[in-house]
Amino acid sequence: MTSAVSTATQPGRPATSEMVRRLPEYLTIWLPLLVSAAHLVSFSLWTIWISFTPSTLVPVSGWVGLRNYTAVLASRNWQIAFDNLLLFGSAFVLLSLVTGLMLAILLDQRIRGENVLRTIFLYPLAVSFVVTGTVWSWLLNPGIGIQKLVHDLGWTSFRFDWLVDRDMAIWTIVIAAVWQSSGFAMALFLAGLRSVDADIIKAAQIDGAGPIRIYRRVILPTLWPITITVVVVQLQFAISAFDLVRALTNGGPGIATQLPALVVYDLMFQRGQLGRGAAAAVLMLLILLAVLLPYAAWRYVQRRRSNHA
Amino acid sequence: MAALSIRTLSKRYANLEVLKGIDLDIESGEFTVLVGPSGCGKSTLLNIVAGLDRPSEGTVEIGGRVVNDIPPKDRDIAMVFQSYALYPSMTVRQNITFGMECRHVPKAEQEKALTNVARLLQIEPLLDRKPSQLSGGQRQRVAMGRALVRDPLLFLFDEPLSNLDAKLRVEMRMEIKRLHQRIGATIVYVTHDQIEAMTMATRIAVMHRGVVQQFADPDTVYRYPANLFVARFMGSPPMNTMPARLEADASGLVAVIGAGRPDEVRLRLQGYDAAAPFVGREVVFGIRPECIAEGSRVFSGDAPIVVNAPVEMVEPTGAETIVLLRLGGESALARITPDIRPTPGTPAAFALDTRRICLFNPETERLIA
Repeated sequence: MTSAVSTATQPGRPATSEMVRRLPEYLTIWLPLLVSAAHLVSFSLWTIWISFTPSTLVPVSGWVGLRNYTAVLASRNWQIAFDNLLLFGSAFVLLSLVTGLMLAILLDQRIRGENVLRTIFLYPLAVSFVVTGTVWSWLLNPGIGIQKLVHDLGWTSFRFDWLVDRDMAIWTIVIAAVWQSSGFAMALFLAGLRSVDADIIKAAQIDGAGPIRIYRRVILPTLWPITITVVVVQLQFAISAFDLVRALTNGGPGIATQLPALVVYDLMFQRGQLGRGAAAAVLMLLILLAVLLPYAAWRYVQRRRSNHA
Repeated sequence: MAALSIRTLSKRYANLEVLKGIDLDIESGEFTVLVGPSGCGKSTLLNIVAGLDRPSEGTVEIGGRVVNDIPPKDRDIAMVFQSYALYPSMTVRQNITFGMECRHVPKAEQEKALTNVARLLQIEPLLDRKPSQLSGGQRQRVAMGRALVRDPLLFLFDEPLSNLDAKLRVEMRMEIKRLHQRIGATIVYVTHDQIEAMTMATRIAVMHRGVVQQFADPDTVYRYPANLFVARFMGSPPMNTMPARLEADASGLVAVIGAGRPDEVRLRLQGYDAAAPFVGREVVFGIRPECIAEGSRVFSGDAPIVVNAPVEMVEPTGAETIVLLRLGGESALARITPDIRPTPGTPAAFALDTRRICLFNPETERLIA
């Protein structure tokens, strides 16, 4: 009888003490998660609500339907920002991908000092975007930067004034952003290159494939899942780029390098048009979703397929 | 003609000598198995033959041509890897034809070779699949197809069956052997599994610590192991080895196990004249488990030799019963018929086949007789 009672109560006791023991773990994981989720969700919802109100300097209630959206979409500021985003986004993603891949392939040749070089290439990632933007704004400034240096060296007809050129200024942002983040692409690609089974490369050597053919036909095709990850992460950065542009060109010359995040900032905090700013922010969110939702779907399919295999 | 000759080949990494003066001659059409424990240098040797690694000293000749400075693709070899090493992004068809594509073989010829190999290995239905959609056995088949399609002078196999489960391994083992018999290719096959070596090889090279311990046909390696390492490595369970004293009386040599003990075992040896110089000295006495059987077993030959020995443990395997017993105080394994189950802790009668005993020099560990 006694033994029966004791066995019946036994399962309860360890479970309680287990809960107590793991309390710090639950607290450290769930508390910040709840707080940040609450922030993210509540402020997103608030922004969406504001975008449908006639708010200007201060938030007010009311309903204006899609009027803020049509106003933003019709504005020249937004149109330029959107065009710039398309150009900057694709050029930046493509160039950082190619640069990162090239660096990774070169580092993959088992060269001496690989660790040092890897750190150097990855280091820009640790620098804040504001710093990157400021430093590049000095380098690219025709009066004090690279152009001045080349002039002083004696080549006085040299011109490199993209920063103040309406048509080329967007490319200065591309240069700075590629400098900042191709190290990240390199790190992921290098990990991918290193994870290729050494026997596969030996087999290709025996089959008579040269180094270029081995990369092109055997190794690089295994990297495409990594490529997609890199593209999504970089696109995310491109869409929400703000601090880099603000420090480098501040949208100028004029509004030549305007990007969506700058438009939001401009509308909300400089022109006092909260409703329109919120609408522009929601549009940014939609662009982001257009990238992230297909990626999530792809991940889901990949996982299902690997579970089946 | 020797398909492969290896001369005084050494390989050093910094201070580590992985291969120490290897000499091997492999005839055309032979199935040579390089066998040894992990780290014995067998895979390094294979990589050097393939040209994927360079020797520190010595030469490699394939088909009578020194290939030391010839890249892998021009050595007329094909290799099958343990991990299969299939190109993950290509279909089975592309995997098999990739080598021909690199050598610019005309499309029609590629197609013909592919069809032949696919039929030989029965992988025709798999040709348009990716490696990730294949089972382990199918991947192994494709890897072999990729090697076969080249029709090389020399096939190199690097532990090709290690990643397969036990049942499939036995099947593939037979299949590779059948394939060798059918196409008569020259094969160098690396494995750590002595059963694979015994079952498939026409000649076995047993390697240990960068040295070829013995290079002979499977029966010789099993019956006359060159030294204690080979004796203990080949065979499962391995050969029983124990110290013994060699004595001589009027009618010949006697090996005494546990000399001086009350349960000492005296075994008369016949045909071991080469051991005469060791009379009065310690030797290492080796006897295979299948040479110790239940007391009623009659090994063909003269008067049966039966000893009483205490049983320590019994392992029934179904096909036979493995018994751990004490022979003159030394442990030994015996293989007896499955329907006899001696009781552990009690003595039982065991018949010994003394014609297949091996005696080793305890200092050099070499076979005496």
